Amino acid sequence: MTDPNRPRRCRVPTALPAVAIVVVALSMVACAPDAMAADVPDVGAGLAWWVWPLALFVVCFALGIVAVPAGVGGGVLFVPIVGGFFPFHLDFVRGAGLLVALASALAAGPNLLRVGLADLRLALPLAVLASASSIVGALVGLALPSAMVQTALGITILAIVALMASAKKSEFPEVAAPDRLSAALAIHGVFHDVARGENIHWQVRRTPLGLVLFTGIGVLAGMFGLGAGWANVPVLNLVMGAPLKVSAGTSSFILSLVDSSAAWVYLNQGAVLAIIAVPSVAGMMLGARIGARLLTVLKASVVRRLVLVLLTVAGLRALLKGLGIWI
Amino acid sequence: MNLPERPVVAEEQLRYARVLEWGARIGLAAAVAAFALYVSGVLPGRVPLEELPALWSLPLAEYLQRSATPLGWGWVKLAIYGDFASIVGIAILASVSVACLAAVLPVYARRPDRVYLVLCILAIGVLVLAASGILVVKH
Repeated sequence: MTDPNRPRRCRVPTALPAVAIVVVALSMVACAPDAMAADVPDVGAGLAWWVWPLALFVVCFALGIVAVPAGVGGGVLFVPIVGGFFPFHLDFVRGAGLLVALASALAAGPNLLRVGLADLRLALPLAVLASASSIVGALVGLALPSAMVQTALGITILAIVALMASAKKSEFPEVAAPDRLSAALAIHGVFHDVARGENIHWQVRRTPLGLVLFTGIGVLAGMFGLGAGWANVPVLNLVMGAPLKVSAGTSSFILSLVDSSAAWVYLNQGAVLAIIAVPSVAGMMLGARIGARLLTVLKASVVRRLVLVLLTVAGLRALLKGLGIWI
Repeated sequence: MNLPERPVVAEEQLRYARVLEWGARIGLAAAVAAFALYVSGVLPGRVPLEELPALWSLPLAEYLQRSATPLGWGWVKLAIYGDFASIVGIAILASVSVACLAAVLPVYARRPDRVYLVLCILAIGVLVLAASGILVVKH
């Protein structure tokens, strides 16, 4: 008899990104000679149109590889790096960034839910508030002048670097007693820790504070298109006391709801360009698959340091671009 | 040594996972297939590919004006073009969570777990509000 809780192997989703990449890359290469022959107007670096989505795919593939071992989502790398070094306007980059984070969260969601590392009871109250506030964030972000958003993005990214470099993690936080709200909502659970070979029971504390913090996180996610795993995990783990693995899994699940709301705002505003969004999503998803396989080979601490350097450069670039110092 | 029995995962989580898995597959496949047709020239773009480099660096308001891109759900009527056909897949990805939440409603209703039933309805409401196109920024 099969165990209903055992994560199933899903051949289609694992093969789909790879097939997608081949199809997209071949399509772009196939039409490249026409594009070159058409005497394309030189804009930005004076390159043909197809160079940029192809470069975007390659960069996102690389970002996807390092994102997994570094323990960050794709969105937080995507927006400052692509926004800083590609010719696309930040409005379109943020729209694509949300979709990158959303696609990664959707792809990871089913297995996380099946093994109990994403918990619906823990996620839903937080996600309702965060997704509502992400709509506000998206609307504000699209209404503000670009330079202001760019400057705020730079400051936010540099703050994220500081948070990532300094934040401690607690694999199994001690929660002596649940708070009244989490007890009333019956937010608690048990998951099987394969590494330890035992079942871990967990409960949470400070749920009202968690709700307030997630409301703020939603605004930032919508405003900058960053995803928000960098903030979700510390709040779930350090503030609310959920085990690290449950925090990471539930964070990813919350992202799937929060980024859906914000993504719809960008879609309805016309801020999603397929030429930017699709190669980014495809590249990041394929890269993340490779990254997950390299997890045992790569030294996570080295990759994490590399990502922190990348984020620092991208954050400074966004800040200086916003201030008009380095256009 | 007796290994501990794996904990049972709640019925609603398994149901949510099933819908999420299929929805994400369909959305991603639709987006990639339409994009392949778009960049290969089979489905022409409403904005010609060669003109995009002159437009994608513009602020959103200027891009919308110069490309005559409609706001809200106006893009659906343009899905015959490659660039907007790709958006259909993206819209599916952004809508999957509504289907997942709707799928677990009967579980909470049957139990009954009124608080989570209401939370699910609220979550659906927020997503539908975001998708409705009511909330737009005037440029």
